[in-house]
Amino acid sequence: MKFLLICSFLCFTMVNSLNAQTLIKGKVRTPKGKPVPGASIALKDSYDGATSDSLGNFEFETTEKGAWLIQVSAIGFKQLEQPLEIGNQSITLDLVLREAVDELKAVVVTAGSFEASDAKRTTVLSAMDVVTTASANADVTGAIRTLPGTQQVGEKEGLFVRGGSGEEARVFIDGTLVNNFFYTSLPDIATRGRFSPFLFKGTVFSSGGYSALYGQALSGALILETIDLPEKTTASIGISTVGLSGGYQHLNEKKNASWGLNYGYTNLLPYFELFKQRPDYFRVPAFHYGDANFRVKTSKTGMLKFYATFQQNELGLRQPDIDSSALKNAFSLTNYNVYANLSWKERLGKKWKIYIGTSYSTNKDDIQNQLEDPDNKASQIEEPPFVTKSFDMVSKSDLLQVKTVIDRSLGTGLSAWRIGGEWLYFSDNLRYRDTFSVHTKPQDQFKAAFTEADIYITNDLAAKIGLRAEQSSLMDRANLAPRFSMAYKVGLKGQASLAYGVFYQKPERNQLIINPSLQFTKASHYIANYQLMTGDYTLRLETFYKEYEDLVKTHPKMSNNGRGYAKGIELFWRDKKTVKNVDYWFSYSYLDTKRDYLNYPGMLQPNFAANHTASLVVKKFMTKWKMQVNASYSFATGRPYYYFAYDPNREVYTVGAQGKTMPYNNMGLSLNYLPTIGKDKAKAFTVWVFSVTNVLNQKQIFNYNYSYDGRNKLGVRPAANQFFFLGCFISIGVDRTQDIINSNL
Amino acid sequence: MKRSAFLLMLITGSFSLFAQSDKYKQAMLQRIAELESAVPEGKMLTLANSFERIATAEKDQWLPYYYAAYCQVMAALTEKDKSKTDQLAEKAENLIKTAEQIAGGGNSETYVIHSMIATARLSVDPQSRWMLYGQSSSDYLEKARQADSTNPRPYYLEGQYKFFTPEEFGGGKKAAAPLLEKSIEMFDSFKAASELHPTWGKSAAAWFLSQCK
Repeated sequence: MKFLLICSFLCFTMVNSLNAQTLIKGKVRTPKGKPVPGASIALKDSYDGATSDSLGNFEFETTEKGAWLIQVSAIGFKQLEQPLEIGNQSITLDLVLREAVDELKAVVVTAGSFEASDAKRTTVLSAMDVVTTASANADVTGAIRTLPGTQQVGEKEGLFVRGGSGEEARVFIDGTLVNNFFYTSLPDIATRGRFSPFLFKGTVFSSGGYSALYGQALSGALILETIDLPEKTTASIGISTVGLSGGYQHLNEKKNASWGLNYGYTNLLPYFELFKQRPDYFRVPAFHYGDANFRVKTSKTGMLKFYATFQQNELGLRQPDIDSSALKNAFSLTNYNVYANLSWKERLGKKWKIYIGTSYSTNKDDIQNQLEDPDNKASQIEEPPFVTKSFDMVSKSDLLQVKTVIDRSLGTGLSAWRIGGEWLYFSDNLRYRDTFSVHTKPQDQFKAAFTEADIYITNDLAAKIGLRAEQSSLMDRANLAPRFSMAYKVGLKGQASLAYGVFYQKPERNQLIINPSLQFTKASHYIANYQLMTGDYTLRLETFYKEYEDLVKTHPKMSNNGRGYAKGIELFWRDKKTVKNVDYWFSYSYLDTKRDYLNYPGMLQPNFAANHTASLVVKKFMTKWKMQVNASYSFATGRPYYYFAYDPNREVYTVGAQGKTMPYNNMGLSLNYLPTIGKDKAKAFTVWVFSVTNVLNQKQIFNYNYSYDGRNKLGVRPAANQFFFLGCFISIGVDRTQDIINSNL
Repeated sequence: MKRSAFLLMLITGSFSLFAQSDKYKQAMLQRIAELESAVPEGKMLTLANSFERIATAEKDQWLPYYYAAYCQVMAALTEKDKSKTDQLAEKAENLIKTAEQIAGGGNSETYVIHSMIATARLSVDPQSRWMLYGQSSSDYLEKARQADSTNPRPYYLEGQYKFFTPEEFGGGKKAAAPLLEKSIEMFDSFKAASELHPTWGKSAAAWFLSQCK
């Protein structure tokens, strides 16, 4: 009995000692001593643990004894595991968590680049912003022109970035270069981009210092990524003051593949009847647009995308000839364009990613210009400057390219290493139908190899180092372009970045025909940037210096003797909060640039560069009216214009006359009315769009053209002061989910 | 003598065995009881961590992961600093995916959590995200209904979404009320598979319904 008593006593004390609670308390902090609130502290594989409070303190009691592992985790930190011997004494722990390198918190190099997408944290604009910016008129580059670093150039298409000409900024779709992104150039009228902004889910606009994965753009790159699978099967129709469109997009039942077809026809005849245009359009602009696409999710992580478009358009316009008060120039264009892009992305294992993209485009321009008398009859004058004015030519250009990028992630963090290459086959065919010009067929096999490393030293410090090598068979020359950028986190929401890079670009086709031994033109970028971003505000400040070397001079002979520089300061501010339901952004650019190129007599500020440019974009959603109101205002100081007089005795150009245009002002307004939004039973989703450019009807003069002798100058003005647009777009969801829900009620 | 000692050992032994199997249930029940008060007290994350500890200790139970995900997404939905919402939502998504792995696939209750995660992500920037996450949120509710037509939570959530949607967009109190009413009817007849399976939502549905009148 005694034994039993002792035994049970022993048992009790054992049980008691087993059940005795040990207090474990302490603090979770960063290596710098900052508290980590909300961290989970757990005795691994037991139920016991706690969550740290706002000061990082925690405490809990446990009945466990012996050797355990204590596990500490918090969002944004590396998990900590350390052994813990639990006895009867209470334990005080000092737990230090190190920041995890993760995409949500890590710095991102933002110097020189603006990103528009919905997926990433660092984006300044969303994909929807690109579509709804008032002055953009559903042109991809329209929204980009409200960002700092770009010029308001109304007489020529393209993005004029930081003192660069329109040719110096290139567009890439799904990784590959796009030839003829814009409609064919017209005399003194800027054309639009060929591609609908609804085609893209992500846009990166780089005004300098861009990645080694891209090349052949001295000033800037616009990198577009096409949309993935649609959310459901839909048919769409659109009708507007300029045309009709329709399309069908099918999503399979497993939701892993889709295909679609779209067609649009635009004809400006009715619009031009109503609103008078300055040029006399003897062939009213008419456009056919057709596209086909398919997208297949090849695995959980793989995506195959195909997109092809066929376009045909024509127009003819007559404008007064600058060298004579009686004569006119009749310009006529027929354009065919086919573009196809096939790309595949896949993750191979945990560390590897692969991208393969290929694209083909062919563009044919049939262009005539005819000097005409007052009765619109052809007029032949065999003396300068008139003799070269009439021409008839066919220009065909093809581009076939293949690009591949292999990406390997390094370590456990975000560091990665990329390597890849591209092969581009350019084939041009220029044929004049007259007798004295030469038929030329330049072809170029252009190859590039590149490598790039993203190195995350900590969450707060990252560097991107790249190298790109290019070779052109036509020029028989090669180049090596280093790129470097780094970013450092300043405070919780701010970051500073630096970027440096060397960029090469082939001289223009026509220049290479005249002198095939030209070298690559070259630009070096130096950029410093600060960005502060909270959920509701974005502030960016950027300053840059850019040096141009080996620019093409056309006089006294075709050479690489040109040069130039550009420097400036830019500001971007976006605020979604201060005014309720109003979202606005403001950008300002100061630019100081001069260059000596083409036939410039010396270092001059080019005629496409204004010193000060500013834009304000405002968006307001009026829930009550189901309407989104978008307004924008762009301003630029006057741009210089020149008359280069040729002195035949000394065989040089001199500045015969110069001046500055009036400042540029443009206020745009667009209203999007969504009458069916939120209506469960509606089978169609309707959007009405009304937009006006230059609401205040301000006078705009972009540049001045001079007569051959310099005695007469004529302002380059838009084809019409204002452009009005009214359209209705309906998409019909073939998906019946909503019906099912309703019938269940 | 020896026999009684053996008996005692047997008793204490079986008692501790019983305690072991009961521990999981007791711990779960205790925390499930805290669910309702955790939101007003701002203790959702604490509770989420608490469920996660059970989840990692048990390894083969999907419910602790499910509740951890539920608490985490509730924390995401109630977080005022929208810059943190995505991180919380991501954590919730990882937890619910683990729950689904253990449960051998998605079920009506896990789809409900997926829908809530999409809604949390939507709330960060409704204007640019509604096309993607609005659709995905309602798709998951539909999936939840198809997986279990007696589950009241998809109806309650749809009613709640409608409650917060402006009338102009097809929401509002009028649109919310019938859904909430239906959910309460369903709550009354809903039988959870065990006392640890989810039952939450009724009092919240009743509260929203009272606000509709």
